Amino acid sequence: MSQLAYIAPTDSQDAVRALSADGARPLGGGTDLLVQLRAGRAKPRAIVDLKRLPGLVGIREESGGFVIGAATSGAEIGEHPSLRTAWPGVVEAANLIGSTQVQGRATLAGNLCNASPAADSVPALVAARAVCVILGPQGRRETLVEALPVAPGRTSLQPGEFVLEFRLPPRPPRSADAYLRLIPRTEMDIAVVGAAVSLTLDADGAVSAAELALGAVAPTVLRVEAGGGALVGSRLDEAALEALATAARAACRPISDKRGTAEYRTKIAGVLARRAALIAYERAGGQR
Amino acid sequence: MSETLQRPAGKAAFEVVGTRPVRPDGADKVTGRAAYGADFDMPGQLVGKILRSPHAHARIVAIDASKAKALPGVKAVVTAADFPNLASEIVEGGESASNTRDLSLNVMARDKALYQGHAVAAVAATSVAAAQAALDAIKVTYEVLPHVTDVLEAMAEGAPLLHDDLYTEGLESRPTAPSNVSRRPVSQRGDLEAGFALAEVIVEGSYRTAAVHQGYIEPHACVAAWSENGRCEVWSSSQGQFMVRTYCAKLLGIEASDIRVVPAEIGGGFGGKTTVYLEPVALALSRASGRPVKMVMSRDEVFRATGPNPAAVIEVKLGALKDGTIVAADVKLKFQAGGFPGSPVGAAVMTALACYDIPNFLITGWDVVTNTPKTAAYRAPGAPIAALGVESAVDELALKLGLDPIAIREKNAVRDGTKASYGPVFSNIAYLDTLAAIRDSEHYKAPLGPNQGRGVAVGFWFNIGGESSAAVHLADDGSVVVMSGNPDIGGSRASMAMMAAEVLGVSVERVRPMVADTTSIGFSMLTGGSRTTFATGMAVTQAAQKVVDDLRARAALLWEVPVEMVEWRAGAAHCLDPAKADKAPMSIASLAATAGRTGGPISAQVSLNAQGAGPGFAVHLCDLEIDPETGESTIVRYTAAQDVGKAIHPSYVEGQVQGGVAQGVGWALNEEYVFDAQGQMENPGFLDYRMPVASDLPMIDAILIETAPNPNHPFGAKGVGEVPIVPPLAAVANAMRRAAGVRMTDLPLSPPKVLAALDAARS
Amino acid sequence: MSKIHVTANVNGDAVEFLASPGMTLLDALRDELSLTGTKEGCGSGDCGACSVIVDGRLVCSCLMLAAEAEGRRVQTIEGLAQGGRLHPLQEKFLEHAALQCGFCTPGLLMAAKALLEANPDPTETEARYWLAGNLCRCTGYDKILRAVLDAAAELRQARSAA
Repeated sequence: MSQLAYIAPTDSQDAVRALSADGARPLGGGTDLLVQLRAGRAKPRAIVDLKRLPGLVGIREESGGFVIGAATSGAEIGEHPSLRTAWPGVVEAANLIGSTQVQGRATLAGNLCNASPAADSVPALVAARAVCVILGPQGRRETLVEALPVAPGRTSLQPGEFVLEFRLPPRPPRSADAYLRLIPRTEMDIAVVGAAVSLTLDADGAVSAAELALGAVAPTVLRVEAGGGALVGSRLDEAALEALATAARAACRPISDKRGTAEYRTKIAGVLARRAALIAYERAGGQR
Repeated sequence: MSETLQRPAGKAAFEVVGTRPVRPDGADKVTGRAAYGADFDMPGQLVGKILRSPHAHARIVAIDASKAKALPGVKAVVTAADFPNLASEIVEGGESASNTRDLSLNVMARDKALYQGHAVAAVAATSVAAAQAALDAIKVTYEVLPHVTDVLEAMAEGAPLLHDDLYTEGLESRPTAPSNVSRRPVSQRGDLEAGFALAEVIVEGSYRTAAVHQGYIEPHACVAAWSENGRCEVWSSSQGQFMVRTYCAKLLGIEASDIRVVPAEIGGGFGGKTTVYLEPVALALSRASGRPVKMVMSRDEVFRATGPNPAAVIEVKLGALKDGTIVAADVKLKFQAGGFPGSPVGAAVMTALACYDIPNFLITGWDVVTNTPKTAAYRAPGAPIAALGVESAVDELALKLGLDPIAIREKNAVRDGTKASYGPVFSNIAYLDTLAAIRDSEHYKAPLGPNQGRGVAVGFWFNIGGESSAAVHLADDGSVVVMSGNPDIGGSRASMAMMAAEVLGVSVERVRPMVADTTSIGFSMLTGGSRTTFATGMAVTQAAQKVVDDLRARAALLWEVPVEMVEWRAGAAHCLDPAKADKAPMSIASLAATAGRTGGPISAQVSLNAQGAGPGFAVHLCDLEIDPETGESTIVRYTAAQDVGKAIHPSYVEGQVQGGVAQGVGWALNEEYVFDAQGQMENPGFLDYRMPVASDLPMIDAILIETAPNPNHPFGAKGVGEVPIVPPLAAVANAMRRAAGVRMTDLPLSPPKVLAALDAARS
Repeated sequence: MSKIHVTANVNGDAVEFLASPGMTLLDALRDELSLTGTKEGCGSGDCGACSVIVDGRLVCSCLMLAAEAEGRRVQTIEGLAQGGRLHPLQEKFLEHAALQCGFCTPGLLMAAKALLEANPDPTETEARYWLAGNLCRCTGYDKILRAVLDAAAELRQARSAA
């Protein structure tokens, strides 16, 4: 702690340089980093506060889609009317992270880059096919959100790289998403299982495109292609839902820990996938 | 000695007692001004920190603090060598008697670390960073030993032995070898075998609870200052400043009169702060460094190193006739004591069947040491665990016999004149009225929805009286100061003011209640055992009565009448002598103003040992809804009825009921200590030690039964603080049984366990 | 270790203090500014006892570095009562006996204040979920909810009367 430096750059290149140094950690909302600092699990040499960088905080609509600054708080995300309308699942997932107090600070980038297998916002972003824009010593690059977490606590970010913003693609009509998680209490718990479904309906109300992503059932978030595939062409009849649940359970590689057994998590993944699909379907205007 | 207050003729109700004034310390509490344990500083103070054993069981071979002592800013390092090596001695001071040798060893390990988190050394330094560096520099050589955390494993042959001088007490003959069972209390009546032979139906069950923590939001904190003349001062938030004084004196080998303990406001206790952890260490560090030392526990330390409630295994076998009469009961209670003996299994043995009039029973308890933190009291210690077993078994009986759960309890209920299972004959109890209140409640009749179940459970706690001191002083303007020696955990200070106001006949706003330090008031037992409103209230009332007697005497002097001719009414002296009808009443203010002329300052102090505390009975009703696909459950409605005698301040009595219910619900559904294979606690934080949050609970309806006031208390009060936590474990478990169709016996009933039980039942 | 000079606005007053880089806002409030009304219950953002409002947002002060307070507006419990008069939330907490030990009370009051600023007419459920980040071990939350909803009604009435 006595070696620790705090820097709050206002220029992105200064941020890249600061983060390239050995032992530098980026600071967004701090709701993970400060807990780790306190517990002695993180011992950085420098904390680089990204919140004063231009573009890091704020939400804008661009080319039919949305751009969310990496350090935008969950609370701000929850208050954005058109984002909530277009992406109710992404918003509700982001808003499930922690308490109201945590929401006042927590960021999508922090939730993603902390790389907890149980991160709430990540399955929804994956189901949404969200892209993150990364800045680093080699300049800007874009990649799908699911490419970032590689193992619990580890991302594919290179030294000096940080997430600048998230981009959500334009939404076809009759599209909606949903995120559900199972926790033992009603609030304040880490997800035992998280399931996100995003789907688009055709003019007749049948599913034309669907995505399923699961959290807390594997070392990193799972994009379950077979799950999405199980729904395409259907009106979420029982057979399609059962196929979705089966695909969800089959994809799980969970552990047993103090929050749940592997067996339990697998079962719940199927249950939540079904329920999230039904909610997304109804939101998209579907009628079974 | 106590007496019931004689109400002036013609007065139907009390003026102040039973109303709901704003608490006198309220403004300080809602503005952040009130000072708790960590809110106090002394000039020049050092930061104190404790080095804790990383091993669940280990011999401490050597401690080398030389490097630590040499670090900049480090002013003192202490170990057990800096404390007297105490012989085993039982001392009163806490909620129950304590062995001061065990207490001393728990505060600072001597030869052995008995749980992960056990204190082995402490440092005082000029900053947090310097203190942490000092801890890192202390080299402890451990010989790691095999450990045991599970209570049944600790009882088994060949289990790792914690204390080689622990021989089980309470057996028919003294064992030849030591074990991990410190004692085996037994309570019995009648002929168990004959009773079961009579029974037409028998239910048997085995139940488990995990260790749970009291969960107070304020971590332990204190500041200690040792001055060069050997006198010392401690600021600490505890449930008893005199307890802190007694224990610190013993543990440091000094005179109690050399310690002044000042009580800070306390941020929750529930029994967990009826002992000491930091204060003796802070004093030792202050003595060694010559400066005040402040110590504040982290939440991690609170979980790893302060006393939780025991994990336990409960076995219950009940025999009954077809009409529901229980004829035999066999209850076995195996309690985890932690690193040192002293789980509340004795109290559990005494309370287990207290609500039932059963002619033949045997209740056996085992106090078992394990390599987990030494347990401390938690609200009605022992009783909730016993009630889980007994109330679940009674519920099974009701189901088997097709009887209404209230009716089966009414059939076997204790009443006035019943000899209690733990000895005394009950009188002035309103248990039947409490059962009836639930039976006749709107909640009991309300229809249930799909996947919902309704559970009933009852509970008992003795409540205690004990030693209390109080003083009442009049200022010269007639305003009143009430001093007592009991920390105010739940609003008791308001009740003290109210009782004094009632006796003096003044408005409660004119009374200022204070919690005094150990040099400013006579001895008081700690705040616990639901005793404060009863015993300290009694002392306050008697002191106020003495003041009234003195005021009457002053008026008599001024009026030149015998004191029998002076009536005290509505805060004033009234002359009853018809010959002196011109004498206008004299108010408390006018008498106080002239006190100097009539005999001097008006004040009174009372010290007493209150007897006749009224036991508490509670009947709880819980509606629970499960999600059969996930095992999640929701408490949808909860009603708690309790025999309170007389609610001095009904809002705070309701608060005790609601708070106890919330803790019981958490205990039933989600709270548990999780230990890994190394004996380390895996969840020492509020993230994974899951206490109820606001969205987990509905409104909790409290019904206060006042049909049987306690004749031993001036206003009829019975203790109320502890009973509320006794029924909820079983109320929730019974509701779960009715909602799920399957009995779950292994608490907490977290979703994975519920789903597994549902699946097992379905297959 | 060099300290960072921080200037901020706390409860309407301009303040400045020195913070070590790793110091939290909670530590700064309590130890540098002697505002001990904000409490530490866990240090990990799980109990809400350290709740304050920063630039209008309810946050846990144990999850913010003191250095991050630079240029920000911080409201703590000490600023809730104004000019010797208690805020309606404080009055209702007392009237409803919504506190027992009082340790969680400052954090809860700040959270309730933020709730009513964001949603002046919350349902009981909305209030419970908003306040889920504030642990109370004494009351079972019943009287707290009653106090908050009652204060909300009073504030709405005062606003419509104005």
